[in-house]
Amino acid sequence: MATRKSGAKRAATAKRRGTTTVAVKTSRRPAVPPSRQTVPVQLRWLAHARSGDKGNTANVGLIALEPELYELLRREVTVARVKRHFKGMVSDVERFELPNLQALNFLLHGALDGGGTISLKTDAQGKVYSTALLRMTIPVPRALARRLGVPATPAGRGV
Amino acid sequence: MSRPTGSGNTARRDGKVVRIAAGQGFWGDWLEAPVRQVQGGPIDYLMMDYLAEVTMSIMQKQKTRDPKMGYARDFVPLMERILPDVVAKGIRVTSNAGGVNPLGCAEAVLAVARKLGLEGKVRVGLVTGDDILARLDELIASGHELRDMETGRPLSDVRDRVLSANAYLGMGPIVEALRGGANVVVTGRVTDTGLTLGPMFHEFGWAADDWDKVAAGTVAGHIIECGAQSSGGNLLKDWRKVKGMADPGFPIVEAHPDGTFVVTKHPGTGGVVSVASVTEQLVYEMGDPHCYITPDGIADFTTIRLRQAGRDRVAASGIRGGPKTDKLKVSIAYFYGYKAVGTLVYSWPDAYEKAKAADKILRQRLADLGLEFEQILTEFVGADATHGPLAGRPDPEAPEVQLRIGVRAREKAPVERFTREIAPLVLTGPPSVTGFAGGRPAVEEIVAYWPALIDRTAIEPGVRVEILEA
Repeated sequence: MATRKSGAKRAATAKRRGTTTVAVKTSRRPAVPPSRQTVPVQLRWLAHARSGDKGNTANVGLIALEPELYELLRREVTVARVKRHFKGMVSDVERFELPNLQALNFLLHGALDGGGTISLKTDAQGKVYSTALLRMTIPVPRALARRLGVPATPAGRGV
Repeated sequence: MSRPTGSGNTARRDGKVVRIAAGQGFWGDWLEAPVRQVQGGPIDYLMMDYLAEVTMSIMQKQKTRDPKMGYARDFVPLMERILPDVVAKGIRVTSNAGGVNPLGCAEAVLAVARKLGLEGKVRVGLVTGDDILARLDELIASGHELRDMETGRPLSDVRDRVLSANAYLGMGPIVEALRGGANVVVTGRVTDTGLTLGPMFHEFGWAADDWDKVAAGTVAGHIIECGAQSSGGNLLKDWRKVKGMADPGFPIVEAHPDGTFVVTKHPGTGGVVSVASVTEQLVYEMGDPHCYITPDGIADFTTIRLRQAGRDRVAASGIRGGPKTDKLKVSIAYFYGYKAVGTLVYSWPDAYEKAKAADKILRQRLADLGLEFEQILTEFVGADATHGPLAGRPDPEAPEVQLRIGVRAREKAPVERFTREIAPLVLTGPPSVTGFAGGRPAVEEIVAYWPALIDRTAIEPGVRVEILEA
C-alpha cells in the first residue's frame, strides 16, 4: 500500500512518474511509522465535496467536515496521491489551497472525455467526480478515526 | 408568516441593506421559485440567470426557425405571474433571459405588462451589444483570432460552422438600465454575477474600480447564481438532515454598503443556509481560487470569510479583489457532429457479465459494418459509470446493470446506423435483457463550445441600453 512506502521508495516512484511533489510532501510527515499509529480512512469521513466542469477539466472542491481536519487534508491529499488515485482517468492534477474555507480545490485535467456536449459520458460535466475523490484513503491517527466514528470494517476504510 | 430568527436585525447595523434574491439558477430551474421569492418576504431585486455555456446556441437555432424566438420563453409566463407583485412592491428584476433575442424578450414582457393593465408601471431596460455573430468576419479580418482558450486553435478553423457568438458583458449596462429607471432589465449574454453586481453598484454608488467591492459582489453573485444549490439543494454534508426540500427557499443576498453581505432565505421555506451549503457552492466550477475573472474585475476566493450569523444566515466578509483585464470572454457555439446513446438493462444473475458480453457483440457488429466513429464509449450503469475503475470489481449479485453505449462521429450516417443496432441485441444477444421500450435512440446534433478572449475595445462601444415603457 502506498502509504507504507519508505521515503526513498516514494521518491523513486515519483521519479518514475516524472513528478517531484511526492518527495517534497513526504518530508513534512511525522517520523512515527504510519502503519502503527494510523489507519487508512476514506475521505468521505473527513470531507464533503462538490464538483463542476470547465471544458474538459473537472474541478473538485474538497471541504473539511470540521475545521480541525483541514490541516490533515492539506498534508495528506497531495497532488501526487490524487494523481495516483485517478490513474488512467485524468491527465494532470492541480491543487489550490483555501485555508479560509478549510477547502482544497483540485483541477482534474482531461477528466471528462472531451467535456461539455462532446463527451459521451454519463457524467459529462463532472457533477459527481467529487464523490470519486471521496473514495480515496489517507492515513489518519487511530484515535481521530475512532472519534470520527469511522467504522472499523474494510468497507468503512475503502479500497 | 414566521419572523427570521437569530441576528435578523443586525443586518441593518450598517444602514442600508439591499436584498437580492435568486429566482432561477438555469433555464429549466424550478418555476415556483421566483413566485416564492417575491411573495415570501421582503426583497429589493430578483435576479434570474438563464444562460449556460451552450444555451445561446439552442436559442440561436430557435431564432433561425422563428425570428420572434431566441430567448428563454419560460421567462414571459413567469413575469406574467410575478409582475403585479413586482410593481406593487417596487421589486426590480435583472435577467439574462434575453438570450440571442433580448429585444424579442423585452417586447414579450411589455406585452404581458399591458395585458395585466400595468401600462406606465413597467419599464424594461434592454441591453444589447453582446451578440457578435454578424460581426465575426469583420473581427477576424481585423486581427481578432478568437483562439480557443483550451486548444489554442484560431476560430477560422471552424468559422463556417459557428452558430452563435456572444461576448460576456459585465454589470455596466445593468447599472445604466437601473439608473435609467428600468424595473425589469433584460439582457443577452451578461455574466451570471453581473446580474447581482449591477443592483449593488447601482444602490450603493460604488466606484466601478473599487475592486474589493467588485470582488464582494462577484462572490455574492456566484453564491446565488445557481439558485438553491447554495441553500440546501445538492448539499452533500449531512444531506439527510436537509428538510423541507419540497418547498426549498432560494438564496437571498442581503448586501451592505461596506461590501459585506449575508446569505439567507425567506422564513418558513425548506432547505438550509449554512457555512457548508455556501462553501459547497463557492467551490462549484472553481478554477484558480485566487483569480476568479469576470468582466468587472477579479475576485480572490481565498480571502472570503464566512460565519454562521444565525439560523439560515451566513455572513461573508473580508473579500479582496483586483482590477479587470482588458479582455472580455466570448462564448462561441459551433456545429461539431453527431452522437447517440443507446441503453439496455441486463438482470441478475451475472448482470454485469451479460452486459459486457452484449457490448462485445455490438462492437463487433459495428466493426463488421465498417462504421467509423470518433469515439465509442461503453459504461455499465450500476457498476462503473460515474467512478470508473475506482468502483472496484462489479458485484456479481447486482440485481441489474444498464449497458450504456455512446458513439460520436462527424458524419450522421454511422451514428444513424448505430441507433438501429441496439434493439436487435434483445433477440440476438445475451439473455435477461429489458428496458428497450423507448425504441431507437435519437441521433443528436452536437453543438460544441468555443471559449475565446477578445479586446474590450472591440465590444464595449457597441453595447446599448434602452428603456422601453409598457
